[in-house]
Amino acid sequence: MAKEMKLACNVVEQVEAICDKFGNKPGELINVLHEAQNLHGYLPEEMQRIIARKLGIPASRVYGVVTFYSFFTMTPKGRHPISVCLGTACYVRGSEKLLEEIKRTLNIEVGQTTPDGKFSLDCLRCVGACGLAPVVTIGDRVYGRLQPKDIKTILDEVED
Amino acid sequence: MKTLNFEDLTQLRKKAHAELNVRELSYAATSEESCGLAVGTEHIQLLCCGGTGCKASNSAKIVDNLKAAIEAEGIADKVDVIVTGCFGFCEKGPIVKVMPDNTFYTQVKPEDAEEIVKEHVIGGRKVERLLYVDPKTQHTVSDSKHMDFYRKQLRVALRNCGFIDPENIEEYIARDGYAALANALQNQTPEEVIEVIKQSGLRGRGGAGFPTGMKWGFARNYQAENKYVVCNADEGDPGAFMDRSIMEGDPHSVLEAMAICAYCIGANKGLIYIRAEYPLAVHRLRIAIEQAREYGLIGKCVLGSDFNFDVEIRYGAGAFVCGEETALIHSMEGKRGEPTLKPPFPAESGYNGYPTNVNNVETLANVPIILTKGAEWFASIGTEKSKGTKVFALAGKINNVGLIEVPMGTTLREIIYDIGGGVKNGKKFKAVQTGGPSGGCLTEKHLDIPIDYDSLTAAGSMMGSGGMIVMDEDDCMVSVAKFYLEFTVSESCGKCTPCRIGNKRLLEILTRITEGKGTMEDLDTLKTLAATIKDTALCGLGQTSPNPVLSTIDNFYDEYVEHVKQHKCRSKQCKALLTYSINPEKCKGCGACKRGCPADAILGDLRKPHVINPFKCIRCGMCQSRCHFDAIVVI
Amino acid sequence: MITITIDRHEVVVPANMTILDAAKVVNVEIPTLCHINLEGTCLKSNPASCRLCVVEVEGNRNLVPACATKCRPGMVVHTSSPRVLRARKTVAELILSDHPNDCLTCPKCSDCELQRLVRRLNCRNIPFKDGERMERKKEITPAITRDMSKCIYCRRCESVCNDVQSVGALGAVGRGFGTIVGTAFGKTLGDTNCTYCGQCVAVCPVGALTERDYAEELIADITNPDKVVIAQTAPAVRYALGEEFGLKPGTSVTGKMVTALKDMGFDYVFDTDFGADMTIMEEGYEILDRLKKFLAGDKTVKLPIMTSCCPAWVNFYEHEFPDLLDYPSSAKSPGQMFGAVAKTYWADKMGIPRDKLVVVSIMPCLAKKYECGRPEFKVDGNPDVDYSISTRELAALIRRSNISFDSLPDSDFDTPMGESTGAAAIFGTTGGVMEAALRTVYEVYTGKTLPHIDLDQVRGLDGVREATIDLDGFPLKVCVVHTLSNARMIMNKLRAGELDYHVVEVMACPGGCIGGAGQPYHHGDGTVLRARQRAAYAEDAGKQLRKSHENPDIQRLYQEFLGEPLHGKAHELLHTSYSDKSIK
Repeated sequence: MAKEMKLACNVVEQVEAICDKFGNKPGELINVLHEAQNLHGYLPEEMQRIIARKLGIPASRVYGVVTFYSFFTMTPKGRHPISVCLGTACYVRGSEKLLEEIKRTLNIEVGQTTPDGKFSLDCLRCVGACGLAPVVTIGDRVYGRLQPKDIKTILDEVED
Repeated sequence: MKTLNFEDLTQLRKKAHAELNVRELSYAATSEESCGLAVGTEHIQLLCCGGTGCKASNSAKIVDNLKAAIEAEGIADKVDVIVTGCFGFCEKGPIVKVMPDNTFYTQVKPEDAEEIVKEHVIGGRKVERLLYVDPKTQHTVSDSKHMDFYRKQLRVALRNCGFIDPENIEEYIARDGYAALANALQNQTPEEVIEVIKQSGLRGRGGAGFPTGMKWGFARNYQAENKYVVCNADEGDPGAFMDRSIMEGDPHSVLEAMAICAYCIGANKGLIYIRAEYPLAVHRLRIAIEQAREYGLIGKCVLGSDFNFDVEIRYGAGAFVCGEETALIHSMEGKRGEPTLKPPFPAESGYNGYPTNVNNVETLANVPIILTKGAEWFASIGTEKSKGTKVFALAGKINNVGLIEVPMGTTLREIIYDIGGGVKNGKKFKAVQTGGPSGGCLTEKHLDIPIDYDSLTAAGSMMGSGGMIVMDEDDCMVSVAKFYLEFTVSESCGKCTPCRIGNKRLLEILTRITEGKGTMEDLDTLKTLAATIKDTALCGLGQTSPNPVLSTIDNFYDEYVEHVKQHKCRSKQCKALLTYSINPEKCKGCGACKRGCPADAILGDLRKPHVINPFKCIRCGMCQSRCHFDAIVVI
Repeated sequence: MITITIDRHEVVVPANMTILDAAKVVNVEIPTLCHINLEGTCLKSNPASCRLCVVEVEGNRNLVPACATKCRPGMVVHTSSPRVLRARKTVAELILSDHPNDCLTCPKCSDCELQRLVRRLNCRNIPFKDGERMERKKEITPAITRDMSKCIYCRRCESVCNDVQSVGALGAVGRGFGTIVGTAFGKTLGDTNCTYCGQCVAVCPVGALTERDYAEELIADITNPDKVVIAQTAPAVRYALGEEFGLKPGTSVTGKMVTALKDMGFDYVFDTDFGADMTIMEEGYEILDRLKKFLAGDKTVKLPIMTSCCPAWVNFYEHEFPDLLDYPSSAKSPGQMFGAVAKTYWADKMGIPRDKLVVVSIMPCLAKKYECGRPEFKVDGNPDVDYSISTRELAALIRRSNISFDSLPDSDFDTPMGESTGAAAIFGTTGGVMEAALRTVYEVYTGKTLPHIDLDQVRGLDGVREATIDLDGFPLKVCVVHTLSNARMIMNKLRAGELDYHVVEVMACPGGCIGGAGQPYHHGDGTVLRARQRAAYAEDAGKQLRKSHENPDIQRLYQEFLGEPLHGKAHELLHTSYSDKSIK
């Protein structure tokens, strides 16, 4: 993992402001984490410590929640996060093969980011576009009815 | 805008209803004739699906193009473009509907917009190439009422989806929206409302099927300074999108039902727990909440009464177990979503220790219409113990993927063959999975069971939230069981031993079997271990997690035995049991497979038949997908 | 009251009783693993997650956990039907399939609740033993050894660390098969706000959390002819050690313990009680000093003064309340006072060079292992107390030294640091330090003899106890708390300016040192703590001298060496300072 970077002052202030906005209530932890991740893209240790301090709860509890929910991440995502739908509808229409192909093409595993920071790879369960199964999303864009051989093309299409 | 009182609401409904009339009329009677400005139609509405599925196929661009074309033609005063929720027929999306002649255009592309406007809206001529073609008769069908996909459906919970603009509260009000709430506040005691819900026979649509009226009654009976109504919108079944479609297409029905529930149990706070992965549903809910607040339909002194009720949205963060109500409550409290033992039930001690009533989205969507149409009407639909309808997300190897709603008691055969149009690509039907990771796989012999909560459970599956995945002869049932178990293992909260370790062990055994390393003893262990997990796990997730394994062993025992004894996977899905080779008769030596092989396992000179080195082959199937001559043989 | 049927017994129990407790009424012992409820304290963890206590209730579709299922009228319960036994055994086998099963060399061997359970369930093989196991790195801190490969995820440690101690160094991390009780960001305990109170160790049913063992160091020192090795034994050790040798809880074994230590090869055996009397002299005079200033109108004086004997409590306020470090007494703990005096006064007297003298403290505590390594307690790198071993480690060493404890004769502590008063004897229980201090404070302040020497107001096991003592017309308000969550409550009030006590006693462990993490395992039995507490008060009552300032050896020590309390040599050797150790 990349060396932990110190958060910029304005990020610290913004995270504190998020906590304040939710009244610094421990019950709002998940809402706070959502907003903090929206702000920064991921939830590094330092940010979780700030949140723990503001909400008056142990850092272990924040960390326990972050590691429980798959939506939260402690590693920076790529500029174009890829998600492969592994919902049943996509699965029976071959999404696993798409996943394998993406892993092979980008040479990364699920949960990882390419060294140039362009792509990161995750799985999700059902985007709800089952009519288009199997489905892959890159950023906000949904690609449907894909076959392994299409992968290289759609990845090449993505421009920074 | 000033907040409404009861009288204002009635007036507003009349006004809004008149505006929606063009749609209501066309829904009631379809004409073979086309409407069009040139043939004298005064007012035309174009409905375009704005659900997640169609949006993924660029429906937003269609809307833009339609609007641009209308603008360019200078007919904006006579033609409206309305973005609606899901029409359900996702397989054929994006869908554009023309009102009042009710023409149903399928698989519309942004570049088709101009033609629809010019030909149909103005000229009154249907765009034939965009009409649905009945696969049986090969005839075009221009309106949904005559499509097999819709014929056997009964849209109760989905009554407004694909019909109204979900971002416009007045369209909801026009469809008798908030009438049930107004009537309850004005004319009914909470007990009376609960009695109607009880009489209707409505049962929870989230999975377990607990009677909704009874649940409300429990929550009402506990005294506390605070009570909560929670909408469980954490739809987590892989391959299910019923609740999301309702929230995207008809968010007010959920809000109204929550307000009614709050009135009944004595709560004044509502929470919607929704997956963060549903941005569009969240967006529409937010708009709906704001509008309802603005109109005085939620907030302080609802409709001028002394009833206060407000709603907040809480986000899930990607944990399937949070669909379980105690886990959901802990998650809303900012904790790890771990279930706790029931009792105490949330009705006694829920969110922050206060009495809490948790209902799922679809359950709530049924509530307002039950109250406006009456318990008898609702109870007349369905079977003896399961009343009303059920929404299913029909997907997998089926021709008509989509969101459907049928009366309880409809058979699987009707759903799969009549509504679903049969198995895709003419393959042989093998199984249908219902109930997601908690359900089971049903076979040919179950196709004529009238489906309801109890018959599905008796058949070894369950209703679940409504995922329905069709599988064909190419699906390996051991792999399917493994797929679901992988899901359960990764989604288990890890709290109790049977689910945390037991399911992991089940998965390990299944993995062994799919690799040809299983033993007959493993099959027995699978059964006994699965039984213990069902018997001892803490929550509903754990207690039902072995169902996919048990039901596939019961129904497809031969296939398991084949994997174990003959090391054979008849569906050719278990990689470790396959051998790839090249048919020299068919191979043209083009080299496409060789270039695509990631393992350098293919040898051969150009224009001469190639061969696969079985020791290097990783069975990825790449060669097969690259070969243009169908020369790759898999056994 | 309701009637239910458990196996063949009809039993009348209060509604709301759990099946587990109802079964005990008719002597049906349902096995448990994750459940713990230390009666009389707030130590309770009941996640109903291990699923070993499942029973069959007629009419229920699934088996239910006895520990968390309430009795209902007419309930019919089967605790050992074939279905129950089969399920229970399978669950145990699953646990074993994710466990190293290296019992023979495990520090918890023969004291392990899982081992006992597996024996009881007659598990003879592990059907899933080829499955994946969560292998985890073993971590050794100065006080606690964490070997999470052995963790069975009962989460008692998490409960105790969060609910009882409010420290939250440990918490559930991850999800699914890989879930573990861990620290934030996977840091070692030393890099967290862990106070080393060790209560996680006290409740761990298996060998995942154990004490850092110093037995090898001790044996090496004892057998080294160049070293003089002396022992000091804490007050709470003597009435708990016997439990390790089958004696009833609360049996005082002071004499045998001294004999055993001598037989093991200690050159001198002294008493930490002597250090406790010293502590009262210093802390008592510090109370008086602050009180006098306060009464003289000094607005800067920090009140309440708080006791500082408990090393986990010291760690706690250094971590969590760095802004309030002026409030606790600067007096060192009895063990450290003893060490400081032993390595100066006594060593000089005996002519033993500091580097040849090894001071070993025998403590009911694991935080002491960390405390004696603190840099401020070292002179040129040589610690005042070299290391600390727990009551349990002492028992293990006695066994290993082939000593038959039961038949040992009694011996006396060596002098001069072996003489102590009843005040010191009660240091090991919550309320004891307060009572001991008040005996001295009252008499020194008023110049009168205390009318009732037993201060019942501060005794007991309630989490927070208050009393007002009449000091010649001045109402001295005192408060006694145990467990760190109660301490946090007090400190939060202090921070908010809502506290109006003059003296507060804090002990980190439930019950004080009698419930220390180094004591023989209580295995969830609350009567054990009560018996130890009774023994402490009995020892006090039986002493001729019951006030620290009356201890003749203490008086001599001050005359010969220390001078006045709080000043000069006493200040230099017996007081310390605190620093901000909060995790930033």
